[in-house]
Amino acid sequence: MTKADIIARIYEKVGFSKKEATDVVEATFEIIKGRLEKGEKVKISGFGNFVVNSKRPRKGRNPQTGEEIVIVGRRVLTFKPSQILKKGLNSISS
Amino acid sequence: MTKRDLIEEVNRKFPRLSRRDAEIIINSVFDSMVDAMGHGERIEIRGFGSFVIKHRRAREGRNPKSGTVVSVAAKRVPFFKVGKELRLRVDGKGSSE
Repeated sequence: MTKADIIARIYEKVGFSKKEATDVVEATFEIIKGRLEKGEKVKISGFGNFVVNSKRPRKGRNPQTGEEIVIVGRRVLTFKPSQILKKGLNSISS
Repeated sequence: MTKRDLIEEVNRKFPRLSRRDAEIIINSVFDSMVDAMGHGERIEIRGFGSFVIKHRRAREGRNPKSGTVVSVAAKRVPFFKVGKELRLRVDGKGSSE
């Protein structure tokens, strides 16, 4: 499934124009990205939470050369699926 | 930000749509993604990330409190891999557009 499939479902099923559905879906993901970029948590009930975590710098090793390197601290995004999503994956047959 | 905040922000951005319309569209976005994953489908949203279903085999687990052996059934779990654009933006290295 791609963004185009999500958009198609919305204009077929819900009866918005293709343009409207496209604009709103694009805006939806853009708004979420903007919030995450600011380090904000995004909670979508029935789907899951997107959380930004800070990683401290740590020492690592280049597995090929054995050389010690510093892995820089950074911010990463994690997704925690909701109970509803987890249950949905294990009840509907594929 | 919660789903409700998201609906309100979309509603403000598209004054032509009613709040109800914004709600229907956003709910459909996530419902269609849940459905797709329910059918074991992979989802790829460019610039955002992808969702894949991983299969976990049945295994024997232990109740950590009592120590009794319990069988854990096989299950499917969703896994999110962040896309390049969003990964860089979250880390403060991407362009905002």
